[in-house]
Amino acid sequence: METKKSFWQKIFDRPEKPYADPYLGGIVLGLTLFAALFITGSGLGGSGTIGRFSVFLLDLIAPSFVDRVPDFLHWGGGTANPLDATLPVMTLGSLIGGFVSGYRGGRVRPEIHKGPQISNRTRLTMAFLGGLLFTYGARLARGCTSGQGLSGGAVLSAGSWTIVFAIFGGAYLVAYFFRKLWI
Amino acid sequence: MATFPLDLLGMWGKWGTYLVFLLIGFGFGYGLEMSGFNKSTVLAGQFYFRNVRVVKAFFGAIGVAMALIFAAVRLGWLDYNLIWVPPTYLWPGIIGGLIMGVGFILGGFCPGTSMVAAATLKIDALVFVIGGLVGEFIFGITEPYFSNFYYGSYFGRLTLMDFFHTSTGVAMLMVAVLAIVFYVVMEKLQAAVSGEETPPSVYRSIVWFVPLAVSLVIALVGDPTPQEVWNRIAPEKQALLDSRAVYIHPGELLDSIADDTLQVVMLDVRPESDYNLFHIQGARNVSPDDLVEVADELLLRPDINQTVIVVMSNDETAATEAWKTLQAKSVPNVYILEGGVNHWLSIFAAEEEGIQPLSQAADDRPRYAFSAALGDQWEAANPFPHEWELEYEPKIKLERKKGPSSGGCG
Repeated sequence: METKKSFWQKIFDRPEKPYADPYLGGIVLGLTLFAALFITGSGLGGSGTIGRFSVFLLDLIAPSFVDRVPDFLHWGGGTANPLDATLPVMTLGSLIGGFVSGYRGGRVRPEIHKGPQISNRTRLTMAFLGGLLFTYGARLARGCTSGQGLSGGAVLSAGSWTIVFAIFGGAYLVAYFFRKLWI
Repeated sequence: MATFPLDLLGMWGKWGTYLVFLLIGFGFGYGLEMSGFNKSTVLAGQFYFRNVRVVKAFFGAIGVAMALIFAAVRLGWLDYNLIWVPPTYLWPGIIGGLIMGVGFILGGFCPGTSMVAAATLKIDALVFVIGGLVGEFIFGITEPYFSNFYYGSYFGRLTLMDFFHTSTGVAMLMVAVLAIVFYVVMEKLQAAVSGEETPPSVYRSIVWFVPLAVSLVIALVGDPTPQEVWNRIAPEKQALLDSRAVYIHPGELLDSIADDTLQVVMLDVRPESDYNLFHIQGARNVSPDDLVEVADELLLRPDINQTVIVVMSNDETAATEAWKTLQAKSVPNVYILEGGVNHWLSIFAAEEEGIQPLSQAADDRPRYAFSAALGDQWEAANPFPHEWELEYEPKIKLERKKGPSSGGCG
């Protein structure tokens, strides 16, 4: 007797396929980035959506506070909706694209990836801290690995290349001290 | 004129524009997921040489996009001046980059990948995003304490071509070669650390050699000369000359110099000897051969949108050629002094004893004789605006530099 699979099982229990050749991934990302720059004149982005979403949440709780902080005012001042912009829409598309690719590869399921030596709790604490630091750094540098790295790198911005080396340099500099997290 | 990038908002309105961005986002998310970037251990593996997918896909994407963009630019389909090139704020970029690097090691994601990973239900990614929301909050409330630093060390739209003083093709070659060095080193390190060899594949060959080949071709062909670019944009721009919409009366130049809300840059393209005899105070002598470099310098000015650039020669011929060059470089708000320095002198030097009209002069040559080479020390070099109430048809209309005013991150 075959039992009927639930909706979630149909998504989660698909046979898992390995990831694609990363060079093919590079070609797909490169073509997408080219399309973005060629058609719209601006590239891909990531951190800006997290920033805008943060201001959006803040605007729900404390709109007058948003109007007093210059960086928040910029996105969510007055009646402006920080999510009503092209970048959050692009991110929405990337969530759908990521989900579709993950679904096709049987890689959509609730899970936590971590190094073998740490607990889930340590992993999630570090993920929180990492996300906090990364976004802070991205706002300071005016863009992350997407906006400065991929987009600024491809259009040969001198500042973006400096940032690329700083990101990889920073990561390699401290990688040894945090090796227990991953290996 | 290059057709791309498109004015999406003007063509399809807000929702049409959003649809385009939604589709672009789809490709972005799909590409990230298929490359394995929804898995923190894959991303972090890069920094322990367990898995070097990050470098391959990251620099692969940059190389492929770079090759296509600059091929399209060289073919005249795409206007590089209208593409968002992240401006350089050197030190905030470096410090921000280092902080991001630490965040990468601790968190195992970057913002884009964390959101895509969260869409495939990776819990650590979701927590990373939540950390990011807090990071944004802390940035907003701490930024006022270091605003000077945040807005400092500004170099404008600085490209690798500007920085290394090379052509586009040579800068591309540096990137393409650097990327191949990274691929080779990373593949060797991965083999050493995990014993995993990288099999050759057609995709690998494309990523390694297509950007290299395109860069080589563009380096050999060279950047288009301003003349070539002008020929391309002439159908649209020649009308501005024919209707004389960009020739401003000396009175309008004088009033603009006196206008505190405007920056006026005067470029005097006459021979140095003419310039030494007489020039308007504040005008800069520029040889026509140096105009391209001067244009690059002007484009990097932070106040470019409040700047009016006025080119002048003795009459109009050389100034008009200079105007075409600056148009070819997409410098905004460039005007020509109507009738040139000769016209200026006919108004302001009428009562100056040391400046006497010549009976005849060839086109674009001085029509006045000077008793001494006083440069800008003549009365007529610095007329007092309030003494002159000249009638003219005002023509200066400030236009903002076209193109996106913020990039993917804004």
